Amino acid sequence: MATLQVELVAVERKIWSGEARMVIARTTEGELGVLPGHAPLLGQLAEGGVVTIRTESGDDVIVAAHGGFLSVTERGVSILAETAEISTEIDVERAREALRRAEEAGEDDADSLDAARRAQSRLRAAGESA
Amino acid sequence: MAASLRALRRRIRSTQSTKKIFSAQELIAGARIVRAQARVEASKPYAREITRVLSALASSASLDHPLLTERQNPKRAAVLVITSDRGFAGSYNVNVLRRTEELLSLLRNEGKEPVLYVVGRKGETYYSFRDRETADTFTGFSEQPNYPDAQEVGRVLIEAFTAGEDDDEDGGAGADAVEGVDELHIVYTEFRSLLSQVPVAKRMAPLEVEEVEEFDYEREDRESGTASNDTGVPTSYEFEPSAEGLLDALLPKYITTRIYAAMLEAAASESASRRRAMKSASDNAEELAKNLSRQANQARQAEITQEISEIVGGADALVSANSGD
Repeated sequence: MATLQVELVAVERKIWSGEARMVIARTTEGELGVLPGHAPLLGQLAEGGVVTIRTESGDDVIVAAHGGFLSVTERGVSILAETAEISTEIDVERAREALRRAEEAGEDDADSLDAARRAQSRLRAAGESA
Repeated sequence: MAASLRALRRRIRSTQSTKKIFSAQELIAGARIVRAQARVEASKPYAREITRVLSALASSASLDHPLLTERQNPKRAAVLVITSDRGFAGSYNVNVLRRTEELLSLLRNEGKEPVLYVVGRKGETYYSFRDRETADTFTGFSEQPNYPDAQEVGRVLIEAFTAGEDDDEDGGAGADAVEGVDELHIVYTEFRSLLSQVPVAKRMAPLEVEEVEEFDYEREDRESGTASNDTGVPTSYEFEPSAEGLLDALLPKYITTRIYAAMLEAAASESASRRRAMKSASDNAEELAKNLSRQANQARQAEITQEISEIVGGADALVSANSGD
């Protein structure tokens, strides 16, 4: 079965790389699933988005990716994010705390709005409701 | 004589304790280089990917984005200087500031007014001591820069650059009443090896896309050691949203990434310079302590010799006084 070569890189380090059957992400235009043989594509990921990578063994790697891009070439998929965290690494308590703080700081502040979105995507990736 | 011996011993003790400080600093810097190098390595995959994406975009989108187009009549040029927060780093800061001066005079010769943005406390004091104006300074992270630090610097620079877009012919503030800049330059210290760190000046904006592509392949070849035939940019990409929209989002991030990369290199260079400086300082301290202890031994021996001759002289005097009776 054909697989995709997936690279997930954040600015400060490489987060994940390997073979995958499918990648699901949400761009600014909408939800998107990438299977092997997908046409070359460049997309901007939606803010506070979650990327799901279905690996060869059928497990899902769920990642909270913030401020990123998705690039599909015939060589594979690369996901670029400013910050990214794998669901297993996410500290739900801290994310909740961050969300609460950001919400308290107010809606009109761009920084706290950004922080709130980031916290939401982390919670969503960890399988919590947000 | 006794006083000078005591003074020498005191100097030996103080030299030895400074030597301890120097060698501790040397060890710390040594550990930091390793960490800084690891971070430079860790940031490379992202830099490589973003460059590849950008080259792909550049070949498809029309290239009239403000960050890519040369301004008609550049009047002001921003120069970002990356120095260290702490001293004890040998000629590290001197070198980077000297390179900056070269760039500044070059810009002035081209008829552009340089605007300084400074990272690091050493650079900040250098310019404030000389009463030279800096547009903005960022301090507190030179040894271990994080991406948010680079984002902050990048945001300020890109804002200034965008504000410069509508400035009028004679460098007036233009419609937005903010005096912006028309070019972005960066001066930082490139980490070539543990022994060689070279201050370099580069232009960040307007970007030249040919340069970007060249840079991409070079980097690719250097890192993977493979030929660049499979990195060729595919011709037909789909874009979500439009290519222009992507370019808008991507270019500022690309510039921030370059600033971040420069900061990481500078941090590695800083630690390397510091380690070298501290190594020679502790060697010198050891040398000094050795010379001082030689002098101290000499003084001690001279003291003993003098005491003996005084005793002998005194005994002789007693003997001759007794025999005289």
